[in-house]
Amino acid sequence: MLPIILFWVLAIGALVLGYLVFRLDSMAQVTFALLGSFLAVAGLVLLLGLAYLGAVIVLMMIIEMVIMAVFMIMYMMNPAGLMPMTMVHNKVGSAAIAIGTFVVLAAGILLVDWPGREGAPAPDPTFALGEALMGGQMLTMMTLGVGLFATIVATVVLSTDRGRYDRLGDDLRAPRADGPAGGGVGR
Amino acid sequence: MGEMPQEVATSMALPWWSVLLLPVLLGVATWVVLACDAALEARPVGGPAGMGPAVAAPLRETARLLVGQRRRTLAGDRVLGGIGGAALPVAAVLAAAVLPLGERPVADLSIGVVWFNAMEVVAWAAVWMVGWGSNSALGLVGGYRFVAQGLAYELPHMFAIITAALGAESLRLTTIVDAQRDLWFVVIMPVAFAVYLLSAAAMAFWGPFDTPLSREVAGGAAVELAGVDRLVFVGGRWLLLVVAAAMAVPLFLGGGVGPLLPAWAWAVVKTAAVLALLVWLRRRFPAVRMDRFTEFAWVVLIPLTIAQALVVALVVLQRGGM
Repeated sequence: MLPIILFWVLAIGALVLGYLVFRLDSMAQVTFALLGSFLAVAGLVLLLGLAYLGAVIVLMMIIEMVIMAVFMIMYMMNPAGLMPMTMVHNKVGSAAIAIGTFVVLAAGILLVDWPGREGAPAPDPTFALGEALMGGQMLTMMTLGVGLFATIVATVVLSTDRGRYDRLGDDLRAPRADGPAGGGVGR
Repeated sequence: MGEMPQEVATSMALPWWSVLLLPVLLGVATWVVLACDAALEARPVGGPAGMGPAVAAPLRETARLLVGQRRRTLAGDRVLGGIGGAALPVAAVLAAAVLPLGERPVADLSIGVVWFNAMEVVAWAAVWMVGWGSNSALGLVGGYRFVAQGLAYELPHMFAIITAALGAESLRLTTIVDAQRDLWFVVIMPVAFAVYLLSAAAMAFWGPFDTPLSREVAGGAAVELAGVDRLVFVGGRWLLLVVAAAMAVPLFLGGGVGPLLPAWAWAVVKTAAVLALLVWLRRRFPAVRMDRFTEFAWVVLIPLTIAQALVVALVVLQRGGM
């Protein structure tokens, strides 16, 4: 009984908070409504018995959304970020896409003739996940990881206007780096 | 590799009513730390000396905040501010659920380490929301400072705690404690322990890492908090400090393992030692600016903790694990 109640509370919570992303008039509240929606989904994943994945979603989404809040406010609100502002980038279109996707997926869940379960779930899903990632799918995951990391580094390199020659001089021999932030380890 | 670890079925959780006990225990521990801190504080400033006034000080402050007026600022974001303030103590108590109180935790989760990490990271959102919620420039400065601080301490912190899990080949805290019966993890992973202590102070914005709430921005994220709001936020911050310090015991200091005394007593003694170290740290070191610490954390601490994890992995492999 309790899992069923929890399922509905979390499912409705995820939807309502997701809807609020389009309704609220503050980028800060929008970001944290989105975080709340993700946390409700994490609760649903926990409800499925996937403890590790659920906890990792909580962990990652909180970090991600707090950093997101900084950028959302920086780009989409006035400089101090303290005046009301709303998400104005194709609001109707994005809401239509979101609602449409939800309807299609929900209809799919209800209409597809799902096959019966064969076999049993692993006794420890965390262990099974680790084995899958580090065993059969290791090459995929390693490639993916390195690819993502290279993308991040490349993006930062392309977007920064200062390189090591600005920091350490033309011969890279300056005793202390001339960094905009100061401090650090001096290189 | 391939066979499932035996720990899957065994759970050592305490009975359900211990859920009610947990906040009380944490509250008492917080009170003791606050009293000790107040006693140390009284010495240099020439306040009333001795433990008597110091023990009463937290009670007096609590009563003062309970009857005090709450403060409302013009056009503040009360929703986010309120959620942020309340989230801090709730997250601290939830993080403590996997903490072995002696031998057994309230919830013996198979992913205890990740659970602790996920709850402790709530502080990121909480402090930022509180700083944002007051519609005050100084509060916002404090909130942003904590986000920067989080970016600095979180990755070394994750590597540190995952090294302890690696040493025990389990994310379950009771198993991690069991793995330290012969040798405390602090011996084979001293770097991870030191980094953990730093990050424990940083996540509770404590000691050298208290710039998000520092005086030079008039109290930072908490600048406009008064009355119950301040009690909940600052109390949550103290709870988080206690929980973070207590978590060092099962991760690195052998949990409740020790001669003569029962397990819970050893856990208390070790936790008190870690907390004493953190209280000392605050009085010993000047505030650390995040623009200086972030680079140090990423360029020095992260490689160090990765090297530490590599060493521990080799030890585990050599022991015939995995």
